[in-house]
Amino acid sequence: MRGMEIGTRKLFNRSFTFVSIVSIVFMALALVVLLGPIFVKGSSAFVFRATIEHRELMLERFDRGDRAAIEAEAARAEAARKPVFDAIRGFEARLDTADVDFRRRYRGDFNELKDLALQLLGPMPGEEEPVLLRRQYGQTRWDRAKIRLHGILFAEEYDYSDPSKMGVKVLKPRVERFRGTSLEPVFGELERGAEDMLRPRLAWYWRFLFDESYDSHFFGGIWPEMLGTIYLVLGAMLFAVPLGIVTAIYLAEYAGESHFVSMLRTCISSLAGVPSIVFGLFGLAFFINTLQVSQSKSVLAGALTLAVLVLPTVIRASEEAIKAVPLTYKEASMSLGASKWRTILTVILPAALPGVLTSIIISMGRAAGETAPIIFTAAVSVGRPLAVWQTLSQPTPALPWNIYNLATEHQAIDEIRHVQYGMVLTLVALVLILNLTAIVMRARISKKLRG
Amino acid sequence: MTGMSDPEETVKKTQGTFDAPLAKPFPKARSGGPQPGGASLIRANEFSVFYGSKAAVDRVTLDIQAGKVTAIIGPSGCGKSTYLRAINRMNDLIPGCGTAGVMSLEDQNLYAPDVDVVALRKMIGMVFQKPNPFPKSIFDNVAFGPRIHGLSERGTLAEIVERSLKRAALFDEVKDRLDHNALGLSGGQQQRLCIARAIAVDPKILLMDEPASALDPRSTTRIEDLIGELRGDYTIVIVTHNMQQAARVSDMTAFFYEGRLVEFGETDQIFTKPRAKETEDYITGRFG
Repeated sequence: MRGMEIGTRKLFNRSFTFVSIVSIVFMALALVVLLGPIFVKGSSAFVFRATIEHRELMLERFDRGDRAAIEAEAARAEAARKPVFDAIRGFEARLDTADVDFRRRYRGDFNELKDLALQLLGPMPGEEEPVLLRRQYGQTRWDRAKIRLHGILFAEEYDYSDPSKMGVKVLKPRVERFRGTSLEPVFGELERGAEDMLRPRLAWYWRFLFDESYDSHFFGGIWPEMLGTIYLVLGAMLFAVPLGIVTAIYLAEYAGESHFVSMLRTCISSLAGVPSIVFGLFGLAFFINTLQVSQSKSVLAGALTLAVLVLPTVIRASEEAIKAVPLTYKEASMSLGASKWRTILTVILPAALPGVLTSIIISMGRAAGETAPIIFTAAVSVGRPLAVWQTLSQPTPALPWNIYNLATEHQAIDEIRHVQYGMVLTLVALVLILNLTAIVMRARISKKLRG
Repeated sequence: MTGMSDPEETVKKTQGTFDAPLAKPFPKARSGGPQPGGASLIRANEFSVFYGSKAAVDRVTLDIQAGKVTAIIGPSGCGKSTYLRAINRMNDLIPGCGTAGVMSLEDQNLYAPDVDVVALRKMIGMVFQKPNPFPKSIFDNVAFGPRIHGLSERGTLAEIVERSLKRAALFDEVKDRLDHNALGLSGGQQQRLCIARAIAVDPKILLMDEPASALDPRSTTRIEDLIGELRGDYTIVIVTHNMQQAARVSDMTAFFYEGRLVEFGETDQIFTKPRAKETEDYITGRFG
């Protein structure tokens, strides 16, 4: 046969190089585009400009901070807010006594303004304490406060002047609605004095990870989700690791090579590719409805489902690791009179440990990130941190599920995007740390084995 | 698929056709003191080993005598390693491997169904072609055998480790780093460590499967010297490719060819006055 022309061969080689470089660049870009915003937005849950309201919340809910200093600062903020509150009170009193025309003209606009102002600054002193926690405090974050302030200064209106078009949204200064009334100066005071009223200061809120959440994630941290994820992962490993390693040993050392065994292997490999939602439904049908490990969703049921999900990975990777142990170790051990199980325990498993550990840690990462299997078996949107014994019967929030839940079902997600991104960052970091641990451990143990 | 029907089964059925006193348990291994020379210790009678349906060792009858060094020589694929591994039943590890005839140790059939392979292998140490220390410390390597046979007392273990390493002429080189990984040793040291590991369980017999073929000349010399030192204390069976080595270290030599035992006799006689034509051709380098 005639060989290829040198020119053609070079062209082929170059095109391979080119295509692979393009795909690598593409992946790197995807990584940057994906991880960049996660990191930037996620870190805003930990580092942000916190207002005096945040410090008050921390003091009252978690008993953190210097009480005297915070109370003094709160008093100063209160003093700065006084003209605004006074103006609102004064206008409200006037509304109650004014004639019908005046009321008709201002009641609606005033109620809207008052509501917005209270959301920004918190309830007015001396008034009844609102029931909802999120109404008991003003804006705790300066970035959110600025958006609120903008909403106060500019009202959304619709322009219907062109009858052939749909109404166009326009922003109009709200002050125009109160031109000539005692509320007119309030807008200027808010614009100029917002910083005095809220006193933003850079805060390093690392306890975001370890604080309970209040008022469905409006305030506080994500500890219930973290703890739930940890319980689920550890629980899943509790079942998957012993089962997986024993099965791997059976397949590698005892099963031999029959049609049945090769079919078994194929089944295990196929299980690894089953969509995770199917495992979720299986968990509900089998562990909860059939075995009734718990009355309803529980961490236990979720951990069992996740264990089934990662079992194929653990089995196959461990089997490969065990098979990769040189036969000479086995021979040496057997020739000294060690029984088979003794050889497996003292020689083969230690030598296979790097591979087995890697499979376990990668499975942990997978279990931590899976959403679908726990929807029906373990996850709820809001919950308190569980004690260990409660995991047998209680459901739990968990990071992946709550990220989804916040994004799709939370009634005020725009207010708490930072919590959602904080969760995403935490989850990504968790999985990344697990994978890094796997790499480091693998390298260390391999080095130790090599001598 | 009838052609693939389990040859193992058919082979195993032939076991025990030779009626020898089988039922008594193995005597405890004697300590590695000098054994009376001349008495036959490992006796094979019409012994065959099959891989599938192919006979790798074909009806071999051979008496290996206690206390002597017996070399098994022959070209590649002649069944010498298979024969060696049949003595401590390491062939059991290979799927589809079966035997026929009788292989007996002190008049006990090694392939009788009631044989305790663990006790058997404790009596018969083995050194492999490639040094195969465990990826553990030097100490743990040597202590591995005693440990699996139930010894856990640290002082006794340390004593055994030291004695075994001294016996294998390795102690002086490693005494300061017994806790280092054995894989950090050189190839020759690793092989001597493997010998130390084998004699730590106090066997009667040492099987060596081309123990020096993966080593450089100097390490090879040390291993050969070591075999000379161990002579008399252990019954040694060594498989080798290297005829000079066989001539140097062994008392008796067996020549295998295509699975059959062609000739067995005193080493001097085999190398100077071979009776069989095939032996002569092989040792004069005409084939192999």
